[in-house]
This record gives sequence, structure tokens and C-alpha cells, in this order.
Amino acid sequence: MDSEQRAGQELGEVAITIRDMHKWYGSFHVLKDINLEVHSGERIVVCGPSGSGKSTMIRCINRLEEHQKGDIIVDGVELTNDLKNIEAVRREVGMVFQHFNLFPHLTVLENCTLAPIWVRKTPKAEAEATAMQYLERVKIPEQAGKFPGQLSGGQQQRVAIARSLCMSPKIMLFDEPTSALDPEMIKEVLDTMIQLAQEGMTMICVTHEMGFAKTVADRVIFMDEGQIIEQNKPDEFFNNPQNERTQLFLSQILNH
Amino acid sequence: MSNANQAKQHYEPGTHPDLPPPLGSTGPIKWVRENLFSSPTNIVLTLLSVFFLYKIMPGMVNWSILDATFLAADRNECRALDTGACWAFIVQRWGLFTFGFYPSEERWRVVLAFALLVLVIVALLWENCPGRKLLLKFALIFPFVATWLIVGGLGLEPVSTDKIGGFMLTVIIGITGIALSLPLGVLLALGRQSNLPIIKYACVGFIEFIRGVPLITLLFVASTMLSYFLPPGTNFNLLLRVLIMVTLFASAYMAEVIRGGLQAVAKGQTEAADAMGLKYWPAMRLIVLPQALKISIPGIVSTFIGLYKDSTLVIIIGLLDPLGIGQASLADTKWQGLSTEVYLFVAIFFFISCFAMSRYSLYLERKLHTGHVR
Repeated sequence: MDSEQRAGQELGEVAITIRDMHKWYGSFHVLKDINLEVHSGERIVVCGPSGSGKSTMIRCINRLEEHQKGDIIVDGVELTNDLKNIEAVRREVGMVFQHFNLFPHLTVLENCTLAPIWVRKTPKAEAEATAMQYLERVKIPEQAGKFPGQLSGGQQQRVAIARSLCMSPKIMLFDEPTSALDPEMIKEVLDTMIQLAQEGMTMICVTHEMGFAKTVADRVIFMDEGQIIEQNKPDEFFNNPQNERTQLFLSQILNH
Repeated sequence: MSNANQAKQHYEPGTHPDLPPPLGSTGPIKWVRENLFSSPTNIVLTLLSVFFLYKIMPGMVNWSILDATFLAADRNECRALDTGACWAFIVQRWGLFTFGFYPSEERWRVVLAFALLVLVIVALLWENCPGRKLLLKFALIFPFVATWLIVGGLGLEPVSTDKIGGFMLTVIIGITGIALSLPLGVLLALGRQSNLPIIKYACVGFIEFIRGVPLITLLFVASTMLSYFLPPGTNFNLLLRVLIMVTLFASAYMAEVIRGGLQAVAKGQTEAADAMGLKYWPAMRLIVLPQALKISIPGIVSTFIGLYKDSTLVIIIGLLDPLGIGQASLADTKWQGLSTEVYLFVAIFFFISCFAMSRYSLYLERKLHTGHVR
């Protein structure tokens, strides 16, 4: 109900537009005719069986994967082969990976300040102050001097989230952020993400955490075999799925 | 044993204090037990080794130190004085072994250059060295200062590079090769992974060509054939040509060692760097290379050591490294039959330098290990 109001009232400006987008790996057609519009402040959860192309789709948004047909426009910048555009998009889009991808040779604090210092040219002291703020927000300021290898999986993922936030991104992409975590650590990462969602961040999350989708998502997207099969508000999506494949998928993941 | 019989103290969960480990499970006793007497085979091996050392050590010590002669005018005097090694030969020709034919009144310049080199190396390798920042700045101009000191000119008496020999030559070739082959190897390794076909195939071609040819061939090319290729009238210093060839040779091997390291860095690392908007060079310099080089340290140091020892091959084209000086000196009728002493001496020199490199690499590996600090 709350999410309905939000969706009805304050649909912000368009943050991401994906239009008639296709992608192939060699001759394998991974993404087929993807059309998606994401408004600023919107929280979107993408789900679907493995191999359905959900990760590939969000990786196209910051050009970690290249699309071959159609348009992707992020924050007003079209993704083409132009490196300038790609870098401009990447500066504004943060990404959190399944396997954290923290830099193991740098301390937690250095992980967080690297991009602000080298990409945004923020002075070191300022970058460190900002980093400490975000580390406090993800509740691990005391680990700032440690190396990633000394932290638990959940702590590492929270550092990864803080690291992305340090670039003050307009959009955050989450690529299965809890899939590599031990069960008791999933909650701490989800709590961080929920907090972020409540603060109004534009988010696209590929995840199997349906509880998270129900709590914070404005829209749930279901993908299968490279296509967007169905998208709806969470209530509708979970209680009244339209497509057969969505029903099958939901029955498989909700009744175990 | 008596402890076990005492009444056991009961602790509430979570209140058990830390106790010291039982006797003999730490310290030297543990080390001896675990490393020397852990199993019957181990005991036999330990005893055999002790027996072997007992048999061989007295002879070695007697020959090389106790019965050795350190001061004598020639071989016969040596023999008359004692039965062991005749180090007098080395002592007498110490200058030749160290400086080659570098004029004796100018040798202070080499000593000064070497002292500066030691300073620079200490600053490079030792992170907490006092005045490190200043010294590192000096390291950038050191090559020019050293060249000036050794070759002369600009106020100093010029010395021909033909006069350079002995350990000095080894150190010059070794240090130059090491300092230049690492960055060149990094560039070649990155070039080999490039998306641009021209760069990629140029690097692959260079690496495969150099690795497919023996160093001696390249040195011959440097000493004789290069003058056919170069425009007539170009006089290209022989030592400089050798330095270039040795560097190119080592850099090809270095490139392959580093490529192995680059491949071992997880793909997620570059993805994370890309996703943050880092450009190619900062991403390589700050994220990929530090990890790749750390992984490649053993291979890199192996290549360094190989390069350092390969410098003895310059004897083939008439440069006199310590081995060359030794061989030339053996022809002296006053000192005939001392090849054991000469080769042993040169071997010790090489062993000390190479062992130092190897130990430093181990220290570096430990220091850079950021996983779980125990």
C-alpha cells in the first residue's frame, strides 16, 4: 500500500531506459527484446531461474557486458562504444557483486577511498571522512584498518556496499548480493539494503530473496530465457502471477 | 601427569580462561621433535646427515681456513707455508677481481657509485628507512650519476668502458637488467593481453622470438652483427649493446612470468574497477598489477637470479666478468693450478648475491600477504 502510493505519486524522472535491447554470446541469444524504464527513486527486484539473463541484463546497464542491438540510456547518457560515455555512466552507477570483489591488497578504508580519489579527484582526507561515514552506516567502522581477507562474508559485502556508496552514485545495481553468503549473514546485508532503499536510492537488485522483494520493491520483474516475462507490483506479482512460467517459478522457490 | 589426577576445576560455559600450552608443544623442544625426530625415517635421516657433516666438515674447514694461506708472493711460497687453499692469489688480485682493468687512481669513483647504489637499494627495499622519500627521488637520477661517475666526462677523467670488468661488471649488468627488465616485462605482458591486434602481435612476436634464441646468440649479435645493421659510422658502445641485449632477453621471460600472475588475478577485480569508472591505466596500476606482481614474486626473482648469473656469458664476447678475470689470471705462470680457489671464490660471490635476493623475495611474500594474519 505504501509502495503503491509512492509509485503513484512521486514517479521521478527517468533514470534508465532500455529499448529493444538484444545481446548475443557468440551465436547464443541471451537477451531478447528487453524493454525497461526505471524512474529515479524506484526499487526494482529482478528474479528468475538461473541462466535467464538477469545478471547479464543489469551488467549491460554499466557496460560490463556489451549489448549488440537497441538502446540503453542511463542518466541521460546513451551507452555506445564511446569510452567517455561509458565512464560517465559508471561514475554514476554503483554495483555490488555476488562475490564482493573487494581489493584484497588494500585495507577496507583504502577500498572505499580508491575510486573517489582517482575517479572523482576528491582530496584524500575528505574521501576518508566520507568513507568512514558510510562504513558507520553499514555498521563496521571499527574494521576500517583491516584487510578484506580478515572479515566475514557478510562484513565484506557490507564493505562492498559502502565502497559503492562512497562514489555517491545515483543508481545502485545489486547482482545477487546475498547468494555467496552463509545463511546467518544474509540478514545483515539485507538490512543494509533495506535501509538504503528507504533512503530513496534508485536500485535494481537481482536476488532470490523474496522477502526483500516484498518489503521494499516497487516493482518485481520476472525473467526467463532472456526475456522479461512479467513485471508487476510485489503484491500483485506474488499473489496473482499472470504467466504460467512465473507461477511455476514462484511455486518452486516459495514452497520449500 | 600429576595435573590430570588433581580435581578438575569446573567452569561455567564461556568463562574458561586461556591456559598456557602444555610443556614441549612450543619452542625449541617442539621444533627438534617435529623436525628431526618425528618418525623412524626422520631419525635415520637426521643421524645420517650428522654423520655426513662429521665426515665432510673438518676437511672443508681445514682446507679452506685453518690450513689455508692468505698472504704469499706466488704459488710455491703458498705451498711451502701450508697445505690448504692458497687464497693469497685472490688477495693479491683483489682489485682486478673487483674492478677489472679500471685505472687504480680512479677506483674511488666506482666505490662512491657503489655506495650510492647501496643507499638507493636500501631505500627501495626497506620501507621504514630514514629519509626514504628523498632517497627515492635520488633513485630516479641515480642511473645518470652512476654512469657519469663510472664513465667520466664533465670534469672527471674519461674511462673507456673496455676497462670495466670483474664484480663491477657483474653488478652493472645485473642491476641494469633487473631495473629495466621488470617495467619492460610488465608492458610486454599487458601488451600481450591487449585488445589491439597490432600491439598484441608485436608483443607476442617479440617474446617468442627472444625466448626462442639462446642468450649467447644475442650477445654475438650485439658484439659483431649489429655493426652490419646500423648505419656505417655509428659507434655503439659494446657494453651498452650487451646491456640492451641482456635486458631484452630478461624482459621476455619476465613478461611470461607476469602474464601468469595477471591471469591469476580474479576477473571480478577488473570488473569492480571498471564498475567504479576507473580508466585502464589506473585500474592496472592500483588494482591488477599489485596483485599480479605479488603472485609472480617467486618467478620474477628466479628470472632476476637467472639474469644475474647469465651475465657471466659476456666472457664469450671478450668482456671480463669475475669468471673471465679468474680464467685469465690462471694463465699466470706464478699462480698455476689454483682453479679450485678461483672458481670457489667466484661461486661464493654469486651465491651470496643470489641467496640475498631469494631471501628478500620470501620476506616480501610474507609482508604482502594480507589474507589472514595469524
